[in-house]
Amino acid sequence: MIKVRNLHKSFGQLDVLRGIDYDIKEKEVICVIGPSGSGKSTFLRCINLLEEITAGEVFIDGVKINDPKTDINDIRREVGMVFQQFNLFPHMRVIDNITISPIKIRKMSQQDAESLARQLLEKVGLSDKANAYPEQLSGGQMQRVAIARALAMKPKVMLFDEPTSALDPEMVKEVLDVMKQLAMEGMTMVVVTHEMGFAKEMGDRVLFLDQGLLVEEGTPDDIFSNPKHERTKAFFSKIL
Amino acid sequence: MDFLGLRIEMFENIWSYRELFIRGIWVTLGLTAVGYVGGFILGLIVGMGKLSKRKWIYYPAKYYVDFFRGTPLLVQILLIHTALIPSMFGHSLGFFVSGSLALMLNSAAYNAEIIRAGIQSLDKGQMEAARSLGMPHNTAMKLIILPQAFRRMIPPLGNELIALLKDSSLVTVIAAGDLLYAGKVVAGAYSRFWEPYLTVAILYLLLTFICGKLINYIENRFSNSYVPSPRKSLKRFAVGGRTR
Repeated sequence: MIKVRNLHKSFGQLDVLRGIDYDIKEKEVICVIGPSGSGKSTFLRCINLLEEITAGEVFIDGVKINDPKTDINDIRREVGMVFQQFNLFPHMRVIDNITISPIKIRKMSQQDAESLARQLLEKVGLSDKANAYPEQLSGGQMQRVAIARALAMKPKVMLFDEPTSALDPEMVKEVLDVMKQLAMEGMTMVVVTHEMGFAKEMGDRVLFLDQGLLVEEGTPDDIFSNPKHERTKAFFSKIL
Repeated sequence: MDFLGLRIEMFENIWSYRELFIRGIWVTLGLTAVGYVGGFILGLIVGMGKLSKRKWIYYPAKYYVDFFRGTPLLVQILLIHTALIPSMFGHSLGFFVSGSLALMLNSAAYNAEIIRAGIQSLDKGQMEAARSLGMPHNTAMKLIILPQAFRRMIPPLGNELIALLKDSSLVTVIAAGDLLYAGKVVAGAYSRFWEPYLTVAILYLLLTFICGKLINYIENRFSNSYVPSPRKSLKRFAVGGRTR
């Protein structure tokens, strides 16, 4: 479903990604781990072109996204993104945060969009917050709204960029639970995370990135219990 | 009574010229209003231009701001009134057209910087979130970025209004019948300077005071919180609006 070929990304002189190849299949949950500065967030952001790709190719459903002829807005509609800092729109109520894109971009009717938003809020356990403003929510609640907002576009893939890193510890679980539910419903997900528990439990594949390269990939069992590469072992020896 | 040569009885003569002063106030307010609204709209365009990555948009916007901020407003007024407009239309279009045009072009340059800074002060995650939902750049600007940026622009835009109100007195040089001009006429008629210009100063003070109050009111209404104040939601409740 997502094909990454020889992906390079540089910021000026700094080479953040130095040639990554990977295939993500439908309904897979891919967890991307690695030390900070390894390029894992950049890798994720290249998949919906929030970062311009320096060299290489990314295909989503066979469409090359970094082709100048491809309308990037069409691609992004199919790719949901959840950010570390939530990035809810503070000037809108929760429900408007969720409905704005379906209404403005998918041309859904106000009524349909609102009923969809209410379904999604129920799914993330926030039915009672439809009319609240983001500043009235806790971090965990904000992140769940952000997930609902991304889901409202009915994306084929969901990208999560360290979705729990900005949360207080007691709120991590409520967000991870929503993500688990999504995974079980068969959503294709790419998750950059430091939550090794989540990666172990929910990941179909785990990718270990270091210094802009895909060092090792495999099932969670392979990677966590039986890492082959020295750098992977060194990483785990520091964090586990 | 004589204090530094100030004569109280002179104010009676000024009172007899009150029509001139009242007209002057209206002219000053009119010039300020037209200049401010025009300057805001033009400033929005120029400010967005300064944020553009396209060089052929960025550079004209940059040079525009550089020119109008880097030259005195007085010079701009004279250039427009005595050179630009006559050479375009063959004759003057009156002080109001040249005056408000000059004020508009000048305040647009300052507003452009306020608007640019307001947009840039927003977390770039807001734009990224909007784009990641599939919104094209302009849609995201209109629906997500500008509504938030405007809030941050309110205090500096308020300062700009007061500055413009005072700067509008410069149009006196092209014989515009504004507030300062009224003072000048009276000063000339009586060869007295204390009382007419003091009257003018007090009237300007009054006008800027009212503007300041207005700005405070707007600032408070759009204070830091996006949550509507309880009073407002009560009103919504009372007229049978959404209550959930």
